[in-house]
Amino acid sequence: MRYLPLTHKSRSDMLDAIGVSCVDDLFQDIPQEAFVDGLCDLPPHKNELEVERLISAYAEQNNPASAQPFFLGAGTYFHHIPATVDHIIQRSEFLTAYTPYQPEIAQGTLQALYEYQTMIAQLTGQDVANASLYDGSTACTEAALMAMRVTKRAEIIIATPLHPHYRSVLETYLGNIEGADCCEGSPSDKTAAVIIQSPDFYGTPHTYDDLRAECDAVGALLIVVINEIVSLGLLPAPTCADIVCGEAQSIGIPMSYGGPHLGFFACKTKYLRQMPGRLCGETVDEEGKRSFVLTLSTREQHIRREKATSNICTNQGLCALAFTIHMALLGEDGFKNLAKINHERACALAEAIEEIEGVKILNDTFFNEFVIQLPLKSLTKIQKNKNITAGYPLEESLLITATEMTTDKDIQALCDVLKFERF
Amino acid sequence: MPETRALYQSEPLLWEKEQADHSGTDWHTPSDFKNRTGQTERGIIGLPQVTEPEVIRHFVRLSSWNYSIDNGIFPLGSCTMKHNPRLNEKMARLEGFAHLHPLQPQESVQGALGLMYDLQNWLAELTGLSGVCLTPAAGAHGELAGIMTIRRAHDLNGQSQRKIILVPDSAHGTNPATAVLCGYQTRTIATKDTGIICLKAFEEALTQTTEDGSDIAGMMVTNPNTCGLFETNIMPIVDLLHKAGGYFYCDGANFNALVGKIRPADFGVDVMHLNLHKTFSTPHGGGGPGSGPICVTEHLAPYLPRPLVVKDKETYRLEEEDERDSSLGRLKAFQGQFGMHVRTLAYMLSHGQDGLKQVSEDAVLSANYILSQLKDDYHVPFEGFCMHECLLTDQKQKDKGVSTMDIAKTIVEYGMHPMTVYFPLVVQGAMLIEPTETESKENIDRFIRVMKDIATDTQSGDTAQFHTFPLSAPRRRLDEVKAAREPNLRWRA
Repeated sequence: MRYLPLTHKSRSDMLDAIGVSCVDDLFQDIPQEAFVDGLCDLPPHKNELEVERLISAYAEQNNPASAQPFFLGAGTYFHHIPATVDHIIQRSEFLTAYTPYQPEIAQGTLQALYEYQTMIAQLTGQDVANASLYDGSTACTEAALMAMRVTKRAEIIIATPLHPHYRSVLETYLGNIEGADCCEGSPSDKTAAVIIQSPDFYGTPHTYDDLRAECDAVGALLIVVINEIVSLGLLPAPTCADIVCGEAQSIGIPMSYGGPHLGFFACKTKYLRQMPGRLCGETVDEEGKRSFVLTLSTREQHIRREKATSNICTNQGLCALAFTIHMALLGEDGFKNLAKINHERACALAEAIEEIEGVKILNDTFFNEFVIQLPLKSLTKIQKNKNITAGYPLEESLLITATEMTTDKDIQALCDVLKFERF
Repeated sequence: MPETRALYQSEPLLWEKEQADHSGTDWHTPSDFKNRTGQTERGIIGLPQVTEPEVIRHFVRLSSWNYSIDNGIFPLGSCTMKHNPRLNEKMARLEGFAHLHPLQPQESVQGALGLMYDLQNWLAELTGLSGVCLTPAAGAHGELAGIMTIRRAHDLNGQSQRKIILVPDSAHGTNPATAVLCGYQTRTIATKDTGIICLKAFEEALTQTTEDGSDIAGMMVTNPNTCGLFETNIMPIVDLLHKAGGYFYCDGANFNALVGKIRPADFGVDVMHLNLHKTFSTPHGGGGPGSGPICVTEHLAPYLPRPLVVKDKETYRLEEEDERDSSLGRLKAFQGQFGMHVRTLAYMLSHGQDGLKQVSEDAVLSANYILSQLKDDYHVPFEGFCMHECLLTDQKQKDKGVSTMDIAKTIVEYGMHPMTVYFPLVVQGAMLIEPTETESKENIDRFIRVMKDIATDTQSGDTAQFHTFPLSAPRRRLDEVKAAREPNLRWRA
């Protein structure tokens, strides 16, 4: 019971001060049938070494990306994280602080959030960004819901292949709203927003001008969804969009079997008051010193209750901090170079694969992932290979990804398997 | 006077620091770079460029302006700011967890799936609710998952005429916001006179528009509630609700009062979310990430979000996309905040059945101790023992010109974090104090001393000082009106 500081004497003194004889007297308002009879059917407490052994035993049964040539992306990416990032986010003052509701003693968290918001706005070419959302899929859904509030319309058009899980999440939320729907097709006067994922789920980057014009013609909003935020170091910013949102796990956050990740959300100033999530803003204190504070909370559930722009309460604070630290380390040049290295690695992978007879790359263009077509027999065999994670299987094709983690040796290993599989 | 003094170091924004001509990482442009993106290269982004030593100093200086649970008591009511064991951090960072991709072949992640499966079982045992879904990313997301589960059950059982969710006025704001996001209307039950739901008020709300409550989808109640009280009428209330065909959603924000000692299923709960970042001590991280699994009765389990972790003989797997038609669908891209699941299981293994029960007992004991020591100095709106948090108001101080806000800022000046202020909304000038089980008596006594001193100084008329605090914090009181009226949400050159 190493986490419990009360001593036997303290407990007994406190009971005396309250004026009861035992702790159960304090639970007297609770119906008797709700009490556990004795103890729950669970093991008793364990010391640190015992717990470490038990938890490590689970970890040892897994085959992590760091232990093998790894070509799986599809919305979550295996990138390098500088040692500085994890060191700083484990500082007590960041790790064990609460939401900065007392700003005088939370300026560290607040200034870092303001810096995060600035970075996201710069990267996406948008005016403002919020302090983060749960993940890319919920950010995408919140963008659709915001567009529905702004336009008072209920149809969402999916213009390019959207991550299938993002689409599922969107459909789940929309299923609870009367008349709401998402589909492919052309925008009409019923359309709240058009969603473009870029690079799309199959890795192809898109331009936005044509769809921007189509949206303007019918009064719909343009939402750009980005799965791989590193792509913004090489591809042009989606400045013409109304909302840009997606997943920022690639910068500073481990894949961690799907979470916690980092949903980002940016938009034009004119939609500010319809935004979901927390916002950090600059102000001054009584002495006129620059200070930061959570603001515009009249949009939020704790003030507006059933009329709030979203039911969201938390953000992904520590993940946003990790992102901010990693981006600060990268800087303008480092971030762009990282993007170029990702693209160069994908090009090297593509060139090696293009040499293999019977295997074809289906993308004309890509950033750091693309789809290869290969015989079904090869696909099945490569999936069974336990020494390499080849990518995300599609029907008779494979979505494969390269990042700065991908070595020439990894590429060789994959090609050897692909070549071998032909015979 | 220079801005930087002794251990207080001022620090500008990253963009305002000296900009380096090289990156804090040594990534170089690849030689003979070819562009196969089909697009022109990105122009200037505007990111700051700072070297590694300066990045570290920047963030370490910022960190020194934060108060945290590792600095001292953090008695925020309904937030459960307890000690965050570092073992849990170490465990979540093991390579075999941190570098797992959510779409990896399932035979390569049997340990991760096994851990999630075992966590599901622990939560089922603690709540008495056998259906567990770990997906939700935070408490509010768990509420959404829970209310969607209820709606899915009604819709598939020909009960779509049920459109109303009953919510007491003491509820967290997320409750009504969630109900609306699920396509429901809310109906408020007034509790401001009693602090708890009266049977009569409940019955009136239940039958306000129909005789038999057949338009009621369910009820969302935090229990213990946000006044720190157990809902003593919960059994007859839930009985009536169930007879009318509605479900009982319990907001699990306050589970720290019950864990290991009281099973929510046994006071009639059908659905409940658990805040792993509260009761199970995953760090709050300055506002997230949270994690909000939901637990439901066997009857509601078929409607839970997908994917659940299932066990076939000795193999674990995630459900397939088309496997359980009755599921409400997917709520997050992948299978939840897995890193938080690891921390939670490590925390629960450390405490065990005996430690978890001691957690709730110590949490309730500590809150009642504070209540007993302060009840003569501050107005206590609702009589009796409290659960893991106690509610006071500024009624006795207000007419001397000292408000809850002044009290909070004075606590800041005295080197502690204040309690939750102005919540719940059902009392004026609320102060909700939750010490948690991880404060020693010495720490609690120090907090009580500060509160007593404030009360004494107020009664003696020495109140002018309270409006000026904090004086010694990194900032004085902030102009929050300016922040909202002239939004400045990003740096610009």
